[in-house]
Amino acid sequence: MRVVIVGAGEVGSTIAESLAGSHDVVVVDVDTERVESLTYSLDVLPVEGDGTDVDTLAEADVGDADMLIASTDDDETNIVTCGAAKVLGDAFTIARTKSPKYLKAWERAQGAFGVDFMVCTDLLTAEAIVGLAGLPTAQDVDTFADGLVQMTEFEIPAESPVAGQTVAEADRFDSLTFVGIIRGDEVIVPQGTTELRGGDDVVAIGSPESMRLFSSSIAPEEQGPEDVVIVGGGEIGFQTARLLEERGFTPRLVEQDEDRARWLAEHLPNTTVLNSDATDQDLLERENVGLADVVVAALENDQQNLLGTLLAKRMGADRAIAVVDTGNFTELFEAVGIDVAVSPRKVTAEEITRFTRARRAENVAIIEGDQAEVLEFEVDADSILVDRPIRESAVDFPESVVIGAITRDGEFVTPRGDTVVREGDHVVVFTETDVLETVTEQL
Amino acid sequence: MSAADRNRVDRDVRVDWRTCLSLVGAVMVALVVPLLATAGVAVVSGEPPTPFLVTAGLTLVVGLAFGRYERGDLGAREGYLIVALVWLAIAVVGAVPFVLAGNGTLASPVNALFESTSGVTTTGATVVENFDAHGRAVHLWRAILQWMGGLGILVIAVAVLSQLSVGGAQLMETESQTQDVNKLTPSIEQTARLLGGIYAGLTGLMVLSWLALGALGLGSEVTLFDAVAHAFTAVSTAGFSPRAGSLGAFSPAVQWVTIPFMFTGATNFVLLYYLTQGDPSRLLDSDEFRFYAGVVCFLTALTAGFLFVSGQFAAVEPTLRHALFQVVSILTTTGYATVDFNVWSPAAKHVLFLAMFSGGMAGSTTCSIKTLRWIVVVKSFRRDLFTEIHPDAIRPVRLSGRVVDEGVIKDIYAYVLLSVVVFVLLTVFVVTDAARAGVTVDEFTALGAAAATFLNIGPAFGDAGPYGDYAFFPRTTRMAFIVLMWVGRIEIVPVLVLLTPAYWRS
Repeated sequence: MRVVIVGAGEVGSTIAESLAGSHDVVVVDVDTERVESLTYSLDVLPVEGDGTDVDTLAEADVGDADMLIASTDDDETNIVTCGAAKVLGDAFTIARTKSPKYLKAWERAQGAFGVDFMVCTDLLTAEAIVGLAGLPTAQDVDTFADGLVQMTEFEIPAESPVAGQTVAEADRFDSLTFVGIIRGDEVIVPQGTTELRGGDDVVAIGSPESMRLFSSSIAPEEQGPEDVVIVGGGEIGFQTARLLEERGFTPRLVEQDEDRARWLAEHLPNTTVLNSDATDQDLLERENVGLADVVVAALENDQQNLLGTLLAKRMGADRAIAVVDTGNFTELFEAVGIDVAVSPRKVTAEEITRFTRARRAENVAIIEGDQAEVLEFEVDADSILVDRPIRESAVDFPESVVIGAITRDGEFVTPRGDTVVREGDHVVVFTETDVLETVTEQL
Repeated sequence: MSAADRNRVDRDVRVDWRTCLSLVGAVMVALVVPLLATAGVAVVSGEPPTPFLVTAGLTLVVGLAFGRYERGDLGAREGYLIVALVWLAIAVVGAVPFVLAGNGTLASPVNALFESTSGVTTTGATVVENFDAHGRAVHLWRAILQWMGGLGILVIAVAVLSQLSVGGAQLMETESQTQDVNKLTPSIEQTARLLGGIYAGLTGLMVLSWLALGALGLGSEVTLFDAVAHAFTAVSTAGFSPRAGSLGAFSPAVQWVTIPFMFTGATNFVLLYYLTQGDPSRLLDSDEFRFYAGVVCFLTALTAGFLFVSGQFAAVEPTLRHALFQVVSILTTTGYATVDFNVWSPAAKHVLFLAMFSGGMAGSTTCSIKTLRWIVVVKSFRRDLFTEIHPDAIRPVRLSGRVVDEGVIKDIYAYVLLSVVVFVLLTVFVVTDAARAGVTVDEFTALGAAAATFLNIGPAFGDAGPYGDYAFFPRTTRMAFIVLMWVGRIEIVPVLVLLTPAYWRS
């Protein structure tokens, strides 16, 4: 497949990196140095120029491309680039936007602006944060099949009652399946007798309700979070507060800029907006941020996010979630005591990657460290699963593949050995990255 | 005036007063219709129609003369002048038939102007001592003045006041008023017509329900004349009654039926419009409506409780009925009475005094301070208490989910303060002027009368109570009342603006 990526920033280069191995990738950027440095590290064709300029796009041969990904930092540039690409040919266009306002228009008429798929980074990030905020000990949360199915990666603390139990003992929930255990660099496909250890990351797939139940069995002393403090009222902070409001929370939001704070206060009726510097210790003490259940840092840069969350943790906040722009910092953040680091780049890449697969997955979640993926497929007539009980078809696909959930006509179905999969079902599958290609073909 | 003179005047005065006078002239010409109708009623009732015919003739001539001025474009400046002049003009025209008829206390020009101003400002304070001294035509004319005053304030509130930055009137815009009105119809004229339609419809409904009660034998004393005269003054929350006993002259059933009409007259007419379109949620979800209904319920419970404790009425039904009726009548600024509340216990009377300062909803025919302003004051004060504990918090004041502009909140505080100051000054004036003239006016009467006139309610306490009148006040006091009824009805600010030199100059 021939893919043109416009914009070689953080997001663009991450996508280029994951595609360069198996596809023809062309990278367009206005910045010569950025394009050059990319060609040294990756096998991509560089084109220097403005993506909104039809001549530049023609030079990148967009007319013959299968896909165009516009991932610059500017929303309007990305949208115009997609529109211009449509003039030249019939590439599948993906635009990355920050603000959800264009997404709103695009959702009303998909294909608007010449954009075939729109990825709203800030909204996706906010959704990820809100999912994580609701589940103590969750490291990663993704939803599938229109919210019927949820994938969650839980970290098992050493003192948890679940640590030391076998999978059969811990899995007391009907609509929940343990699909993988990540122990260090190793991915283990859990059997009934596999023992869970403190420090393991357990990947579970099931109904959102069962996730909440399992979460409280991992950490029984943790009540569901009530008091959420968000520092940083940018688009991510705003969307996070908005989504929390929708779920019945009354978060507090700290924003430094007075005009922005006023705007936020006017648009978030159930949020208490505080106009102050988030790293001001007096404020944090005055507002009892130490008593908060969850503190989310969504400030302008990684340093501030780190500082904000560390301060809150030191004051006693239960859980800290920080937004990390620089992908490499994720692990560093978690090492120094931040509970979860959310990377907008990663959530964006997950959204875009699924279009680059041979067969398009409905949804993709990349598990920590790119060791495994969770995919959602619609089962068609060619699938090896169709009209067979899972016990039989499981013999035919690799061992490190687990079917986590099935949805049929909008209903959740728990996969068991004797469950017969039908055409049109949606299956949510856990798979190790090295058998990805085989699995996508078989299913 | 020569062209050169006109140019000189125009250079000094920056208000397009010609256009204003011309429009006032048009209003005066329109007044000929109700005047002639009243003359017709006079003929049918066997009373002399001359006062009304003569007034009609005079009004037509003066109106046409004013109308000859050239009309230009209207701006905000002209808006203030028109509002002030229209009310003044109708009050003056309305007084002429009383003087010409020459019966009872109304024969004196000051009293006639008092009665007419009290009518057109939908106040309902009267100087009539002997109700039988006046014919049906005069009583009908009092009612018509109030009905026109109610209609006028509805139209003015939507068309003019919302365009001017009169304290709180812009709030109608934030409160979904003008904006929604604009949405339902593109032009002010059409909007005014819609609201006028609802107003007329309510009036017609009240006439029919009174007549129905009469026909059913639940109110045998109701005549067609009573039904019309009271419908005109109930929906306009004005309160003149051709009967000396006000609503006390009618059966309990008639009194019960009148309560919802006063209540509706003081409800936002734009929300009523949505109600007629089958969308009650806007009304029921409105913060202001809930507040308004809550205040009515609370004050009624309080009054009924005090009446019950003092043993004013033997049974439960009359206690409730009289408490609810009086509270609704005073709070909506109507001013009817079913009973002489002067004889009630001080506690119950003071609850009614308190109700005077509430008023009904903005965008209705009600007067006084209005629940819209009070709810904003309450909400912003609660916000201030919150920010006292959380000094960094930014918490906008919301009304039915929409953010109220901070500038508007400031205007509202200013308006409430201004109202209270004017009220106190007027009270002091009433007491000192009475002492000067050697008339005994006790303090509660003075307080009541100042509030009842300036806030356009009508009856006060003491000698100016529901079954009393204002004729005993010294002439100077009555003249002050005339001015302040006018000032209060057009929400103080337009008059104050007219008094600033900057208004007249560039």
